Amino acid sequence: MSPILQGILTIIIGVGGCVGYFYLSNIILDRFVFPPRDDDQGRNIARATAVRPWLFLMPAILALGLYLVYPVLGSFLRSLYNRSGNEFVGLGNYIQMFSEHGFRVALFNNFLWVLFVPAAATFFGLLVAQLTDRLRWGSIAKSLIFMPMAISFVGASLIWKFVYAVDPDIGIINAVRDFFGLAAVDPLQIPFWNNFFVMIIMVWMQTGFAMVILSAALRGIPEETIEAAILDGANPFQIFFRIKIPQIAGTIAVVWTTITFLTLKVFDIVYTMTGGNFDTEILPSYMMNYMFRDDGRATAVAFVIMLIVTPVMIYNIRQARKEL
Amino acid sequence: MDNIAGHKSSLSLVTNIAVLLLVVIWLIPTVGLLVSSFRDREQISETGWWAAMFPVESAERMRPEPESVRQDGDYYVLEGNVFEGGSGSVSDFGLTGRDPGAAEVGQTFAWFEVEVTEEDGEIDDERIEIAYPADGEPEFPEATEDGLPIMPGSAVLQRSLTVAKNGDFTYVNDGEISRAPSLYVVTKQPPDFGWQNYRQILTSDGMDRAFINTLTVTVPATVIPILIAAFAAYALAWMDFPGRGWLVAAVVGLLVVPLQLALVPMLTLHNQIGIGQSFLGIWLAHTGFGLPLAVYLLRNYMIGLPRDIIESAKVDGATDFQVFTKIVLPLSFPALASFAIFQFLWTWNDLLVAKVFLPSNSESWVMTVKIADDLLGSRGGDWGILAAAAFVSIAVPLVVFFAMQKYLVRGLLAGSVK
Repeated sequence: MSPILQGILTIIIGVGGCVGYFYLSNIILDRFVFPPRDDDQGRNIARATAVRPWLFLMPAILALGLYLVYPVLGSFLRSLYNRSGNEFVGLGNYIQMFSEHGFRVALFNNFLWVLFVPAAATFFGLLVAQLTDRLRWGSIAKSLIFMPMAISFVGASLIWKFVYAVDPDIGIINAVRDFFGLAAVDPLQIPFWNNFFVMIIMVWMQTGFAMVILSAALRGIPEETIEAAILDGANPFQIFFRIKIPQIAGTIAVVWTTITFLTLKVFDIVYTMTGGNFDTEILPSYMMNYMFRDDGRATAVAFVIMLIVTPVMIYNIRQARKEL
Repeated sequence: MDNIAGHKSSLSLVTNIAVLLLVVIWLIPTVGLLVSSFRDREQISETGWWAAMFPVESAERMRPEPESVRQDGDYYVLEGNVFEGGSGSVSDFGLTGRDPGAAEVGQTFAWFEVEVTEEDGEIDDERIEIAYPADGEPEFPEATEDGLPIMPGSAVLQRSLTVAKNGDFTYVNDGEISRAPSLYVVTKQPPDFGWQNYRQILTSDGMDRAFINTLTVTVPATVIPILIAAFAAYALAWMDFPGRGWLVAAVVGLLVVPLQLALVPMLTLHNQIGIGQSFLGIWLAHTGFGLPLAVYLLRNYMIGLPRDIIESAKVDGATDFQVFTKIVLPLSFPALASFAIFQFLWTWNDLLVAKVFLPSNSESWVMTVKIADDLLGSRGGDWGILAAAAFVSIAVPLVVFFAMQKYLVRGLLAGSVK
């Protein structure tokens, strides 16, 4: 069967199945399990009401449990076994991993990514948001800066491969260097700094996200606070740093953490740009080196990523509980 | 409001320029790719995309066959056309590869042997190169490039070449022309834009198959989670039951669980229950991975719907199922659209999940895998092909993005700002 037909069939079965499940399970609950009649009427309605939420939630809980909760445990258990999964090695995978140069490089680079990408993206996002705030063509400018968000990491990497190309007739960076009489360089092979050239791609993509959110936050600042500052003789810079920034600090934190999480998961850019060569590996791409080859090691790397995000995850959950 | 204090004109000018600069910087990479994807492959390697609107100059060595050589005094003359039946436009020409554009069309480029006086007073032979108008006479300099004086009247023609714009040439040599001489011409080709790169990747390079595969992955993986999430979000927003708060918190927590954790255990599970690496597997995987965001976004939206409407419907005897399908679902359209766009972009652009949950063969490659694992390796230096492939893969997301930007922004705001 061709994948297209299979796809159409899946949509019909999937959507039909979902609708059917929700519809039928409700009918069964109301008509047969707890029918609201006779002397039991009141009690049965109450019981049906108690059960119904779980009918609504069942498919989501199943899918979430299977694809996101179970893997946390499954990955951890698997990471305690050797490559083929038949021998328990305890923390052996972790110990071996931490003693390897490649892993430490990946961990260090990931640290750089987490420091640089969210900071740069938030900075540029805030800059654009503030600058375009009162601009007549601001929405067009924002739309164009936002655009890279729609592009795949692979597509974006290819776009930047053009920018970084060594040939001065392809790569614009080396064209500029050539114009000033400098020799061509490969930005992706300069030790240490090549990490930043790869990170720029991520910054380029995420700035739009930060800009959209921060732009809305800036709009939400009460006008009175700004008017009062102007009356007190504040200049535009003081207004921005002393009045506006403190009022959107919460939003800045949200943007920052959101981009940080994304940064910890993205393997596509490194994979496409350098394949992890020239010491540009980060944990997600390091993990993919072991995927299909050594499941024990791959799950151990994944679990290290999980450990890194856990503190913020707990913080997020606490915030959510507070708001309920 | 910022401008009240009288800084308006200067500050606003700086702002305009700064924004313009940022926009240009942000656009340059993409524009470069777009322009390159339409350019002729040979022109790409000759000039940068920023010069794409100008004619491309390229130097070529021509070797006309020494047919119909005629003798003219002490010299042998070969005439013909450098393009040999083809056509083109010559701008410069020369006799050596070291300087292929030594003379312009309409000139004659000649080597003369002259006698020079060396520093120690000895007289020696040396070759000088001169370009002069074809209908004029050569003017000899007084000294060579090294500063040695040339004896007036000592010049003897060794070899000369005259080329016209249309490629007609006259080659004169002081010896017999038995082998094809090497002539160098610099031709100007007009900018060559076209669909040839696109035609090639879509017909012979298999990108068409990858496009269909991407579409096949994306559509079910977008539609199915919406429905599941909508019911769950309604339950979490408008139904009372013990443990609701904990479930919401769990969804928030799951938002940040790294996808990487699920790869090994779920692939193992898929293999055990017989799904293996298949389209069914990737649909299920994307559904699972998309659900936390879907539930979170939709719940945040649904909880903001007016309480009166929902409660009065319940008082009128509507069941939860009716309230959901007749009232909440239609009202939630903006949030549904937001999530649909997110999930569409995410699944369309995904590389990781496709690499793990789809079989790794050319029949099942989606576009991102095709580019990253196939084209970048096999066509690494072929920039026109790469650019066209990249644009095929990002065209649909860009259209969706610009058409539905409003919903995308709304979704982002609902997801991040309280």
